[in-house]
Amino acid sequence: MAKYILEFEKPLRELEDKIKSTKVTALERGIDMSKEIDGLQEKLKKAAEDFYKNLTRWQRVQMARHPERPHSMDYIEAMTDYWFELHGDRHYADDKAIVGGIGTIGGKKMMIIGQQKGRGTRDNLYRNFGMPNPEGYRKALRLMQLAAKFRVPVLSLVDTIGAYPGLGAEERGQAEAIARNLMVMSTLKVPIVIIVIGEGASGGALGVGVGDRLFMLENTWFSVISPEGSASILYRDASKAMEAADAMKVAPDDLVKMGICDQVLPEPIGGAHQDPETSIATVKKAILASLTELEGLAPEELVAQRIARYDKLGQWQE
Amino acid sequence: MAAWFRRSKQKILSTERRNVAEDLWSKCPGCSEYIYRQELQKAQMVCPTCAHHFPIGCHGYIDLLLDGSNSITELNPGLTSVDALEFKARKKYTEQLAAAEKKTGLKEAVITVAATINKYPIVLAVMDFSFIGGSMGSAVGEKISRAIDYAREHRFPMATISSSGGARMQEGALSLMQMAKTSAKLALFNEADGLFISILTDPTTGGVTASYAMLGDVILAEPGALIGFAGARVIKQTIGQDLPEGFQRAEFLLEKGFVDHIVHRKDLKSTLVNLISFFGYEQAANTA
Repeated sequence: MAKYILEFEKPLRELEDKIKSTKVTALERGIDMSKEIDGLQEKLKKAAEDFYKNLTRWQRVQMARHPERPHSMDYIEAMTDYWFELHGDRHYADDKAIVGGIGTIGGKKMMIIGQQKGRGTRDNLYRNFGMPNPEGYRKALRLMQLAAKFRVPVLSLVDTIGAYPGLGAEERGQAEAIARNLMVMSTLKVPIVIIVIGEGASGGALGVGVGDRLFMLENTWFSVISPEGSASILYRDASKAMEAADAMKVAPDDLVKMGICDQVLPEPIGGAHQDPETSIATVKKAILASLTELEGLAPEELVAQRIARYDKLGQWQE
Repeated sequence: MAAWFRRSKQKILSTERRNVAEDLWSKCPGCSEYIYRQELQKAQMVCPTCAHHFPIGCHGYIDLLLDGSNSITELNPGLTSVDALEFKARKKYTEQLAAAEKKTGLKEAVITVAATINKYPIVLAVMDFSFIGGSMGSAVGEKISRAIDYAREHRFPMATISSSGGARMQEGALSLMQMAKTSAKLALFNEADGLFISILTDPTTGGVTASYAMLGDVILAEPGALIGFAGARVIKQTIGQDLPEGFQRAEFLLEKGFVDHIVHRKDLKSTLVNLISFFGYEQAANTA
């Protein structure tokens, strides 16, 4: 059970508390209220299912940011039989906001890249709140090229509110680092599977987000800019983030309609953090299934299909 | 109050005289000098005192660089944006598009052409900041992608002249995907040994910088152009201090190793011609 409850989840928690107090009352007074309790619990389960299925876009954004939500390393540690982290971009530094390394998932070798947020203030400072610097993208690039050399497929876990907008990041070429990744990933000769496990904003997400399959967990979002960022530009008011989330259509179902997301991966009722094991198992299954589809393709065919995939994206008239 | 003290006219009107002056004279944002408009136009809209480069729009560059209208074929002129997300913030996207078209006379934030420059064939994509901040939506991404394909198929060199605030928020993730699409097309162009020259003008930021604009085999910039990924305001908020003088200007990027050369507008054409010629392209036989 989550310790941290989001504002909009409170009505459900109240119902839960009511069941608890009914149980206590029954016990204290020695009355058999098991029928009432069962009824209430059934009602709660239905209400919760309904509630979490119909979250607004802005509520999903908040779920994606839930402090107890599993992060990249939680997935990697649970999914891999073998994992060995590789550090550094060989130019400047090792970015803690992007982890990378070799591992096996269900017996399959993979190069794994993950945008890593922290838990708690200290850890978050260490991870720079999951906002990568250029060296993070360059580390990812180095590892992807290593993977291609040895025909190892790439898994990329996306979870960032954006690339870090800092002085050093600009000095070291944040834009160039992202652009280079887009170009190299588009023709990398091994399968690339992308999973959005939390947030996915702007070039910061796309810089490790070009591939053959893109899956989004149910309570995640993906767009050109964060709802707050867009609100402060388009409405000149960051507090209009809810409106911006709707206007930009940032939810997984929207991304499926746009042709960007292949499939929405279901989460346990109440979000991935309520039952991380189940969420991780779902993600693992999706990875292995898509690998089976992609492994049979010749490298040229794989790249041709990937380019065709991006070629189609967008809407215009002529 | 005595009658003589009362103001008989409610407003002091002085605007008429100022308008006349502004038609003839332009104040330079670089050095605050007033420049006679005709002189400025003769100097390709570059301040003769401080070399501040005034914006000249996409047609300005086409006139400056290419061999004249007979040599120019516009590619996909009718390819335009649609409101895929039924987007509405303070304004509707459809209204913004209509207003931009009316204001600029352009149909999109980029014009792509196949043409010649000093008789060398070239495919050129020129962005225009005056059309919704030169932002890249699906139509801009698609036009640039097709231009790159055209250059690859015809074995012509490709050049882009960027001026953009980044990806177009009104198209959400669809605009983000244009970064991937254009970069993928450049990867193919690169594999076919095509020459890509990226020219950065004021301003080039966000998703355009973080895709094709930074992928040139040769990257040129106009003096003083603002070039970056994140906006200065956002960086300032993030780091909580003022930004150093000249931060994110072309000269800063040259110093940091992200631009090959800063080129004055008067030298842009000859520089392009020299590069195209050096890398082995040949002049077309039958162009005027």
